[in-house]
Amino acid sequence: MGNYFQPEIECASPEQIRSWQDERLVKTVRHVYQNVPYYRSLMEKKGITPEDIRSVDDLHKLPFLTKDDLRDAYPYGLLAMPLSDCVRIQSTSGTTGRRVVAFYTQHDIDLWDECCARAIVAAGGTKEDVVHVCYGYGLFTGGPGLNGGSHKVGSLTLPMSSGNTERQIQFMVDLGSTILCCTPSYAAYLAESIHERGLRDKIKLRAGIFGAEAWSEEMRRDIQDKLGIKAYDIYGLTEISGPGVSFECSEQTGMHINEDHFIAEIINPETGEVLPDGEKGELVFTSISKEAFPLLRYRTRDICVLSRKKCSCGRTHVKMSKPMGRSDDMLIIKGVNVFPSQIETVLLNKGYPANYQIVVTRVNNSDKLEVQVEMTPEMFSDSLGEISGREKELVDALKAMLGIYADVHLVAPKTITRSEGKAVRVIDKRKLY
Amino acid sequence: MTVKQISVFVENRPSTLASFAKVLAENGIDIRALSISETRDFGILRIIVDDSYKTACVLKDAGYVCSITPVLAAELTDEPGSLYKILDILSRHDINLEYTYAFITRKKDVAYMIIRVEDNEKAADILAENGVRLVSQEELHLK
Repeated sequence: MGNYFQPEIECASPEQIRSWQDERLVKTVRHVYQNVPYYRSLMEKKGITPEDIRSVDDLHKLPFLTKDDLRDAYPYGLLAMPLSDCVRIQSTSGTTGRRVVAFYTQHDIDLWDECCARAIVAAGGTKEDVVHVCYGYGLFTGGPGLNGGSHKVGSLTLPMSSGNTERQIQFMVDLGSTILCCTPSYAAYLAESIHERGLRDKIKLRAGIFGAEAWSEEMRRDIQDKLGIKAYDIYGLTEISGPGVSFECSEQTGMHINEDHFIAEIINPETGEVLPDGEKGELVFTSISKEAFPLLRYRTRDICVLSRKKCSCGRTHVKMSKPMGRSDDMLIIKGVNVFPSQIETVLLNKGYPANYQIVVTRVNNSDKLEVQVEMTPEMFSDSLGEISGREKELVDALKAMLGIYADVHLVAPKTITRSEGKAVRVIDKRKLY
Repeated sequence: MTVKQISVFVENRPSTLASFAKVLAENGIDIRALSISETRDFGILRIIVDDSYKTACVLKDAGYVCSITPVLAAELTDEPGSLYKILDILSRHDINLEYTYAFITRKKDVAYMIIRVEDNEKAADILAENGVRLVSQEELHLK
């Protein structure tokens, strides 16, 4: 199967990949040490200097970086290039208090686009294709990433952005979209809508690249059957660049990590100890080619497994499994990162007690977020309108904080499940992992 | 002259009303009137009882969120047209009715109407001036 965008890189020998990594890691460590005081002080605290990092073997000596570091350093604290050399900012979907911004030079954008181009070509994309991108465009990396990748491949790019299903389907039919890029839940929804309208024969889709949220093999089969396409997974995170950090090939048994740009490690989330390939643990990335925002040993909190088993597609880069869970309490709902603490902040700000429960379900392949709040004497009123008004106010405040709609349910006092005296905050009924 | 009504938060799902009634039954509370307004998820249950203070304590102990609201209880003759008579007075004086519900007692030919308005005093004066009799809590519970 010869679908490669950069065969000399994607199928390079393990020794070659290793030598790129050694060289680029050393360079990147020197770069951040010289240009980012935040890094220098982290390294000084561990008693190491750039001279201690001579190859990938020394990677474990470097300190970890977490989302907390990124928040502490917001907005410019981890920037490694002058702002005048940066051309783009992207941001994570989390909001107030949790926002993370990432900076890109033109070089960084180019390498990100290349990673996405590799993903598109691995899914069978060529310059003859019409790539229909309905990831959101804007601060979210989904739209811009696949858009850039599609340009690199030379495909005709449809920058649809998200929403307006009617128009999505109309363009798909009229303009003959062949590759669909969106979240898997939206793909499932589109598949459903196309079926309902009896348009299955009118669409020309043959592949889909779906990411930004967890999805099961059942969901993959469902989308593939309904649309008559092959559905490929793609993985990435804004902190490291965006989608395309890793992507699936024709084998559909894991995602190849672009190891010429990102070194992956699996660690024990409790101890930080590096685990051998094949063991399950937290995925940690070091970006080694980026200029503006290179991160060393960034803890993704995603739990997965790395595999170096030879792949039938011919690629030699290590494969990661689909994430099997999280080592923190972050939820991904409709592709948006949601922390229970954000919901708690809204409740407390609005004068509610922290007696709440978050219930996440997936109905018709679409995520639903419900927040149950216990009624208190202070919130109670004899007027239905007044209570409903407060409920609405809470819905609006949650929307402003999270960026997505949450259904608020007021429940009777002391009805939220408490186990061993401690409330169960999150009930995720989706079968994602 | 107002009457004490107890308003209680209840979830809108099976068995909540039954559990509520059980609490009152177990504590020997006599309900004179009951009304419920509901939304999709929850409702406000409003009751007039013989001993408001005891009822509020019992409900709080049982974990309910409730409040005591002063409302007006107007007496009307149990015959066609008497509801209109009261509503017409309120309407002519531009008084907005938040909610109302009616019930009868053992007293012959008489019905009572619970009226919830923003300004009890003003509404009470206007009703009295127009010949509507307002009754006290005690009178509602006469047997």
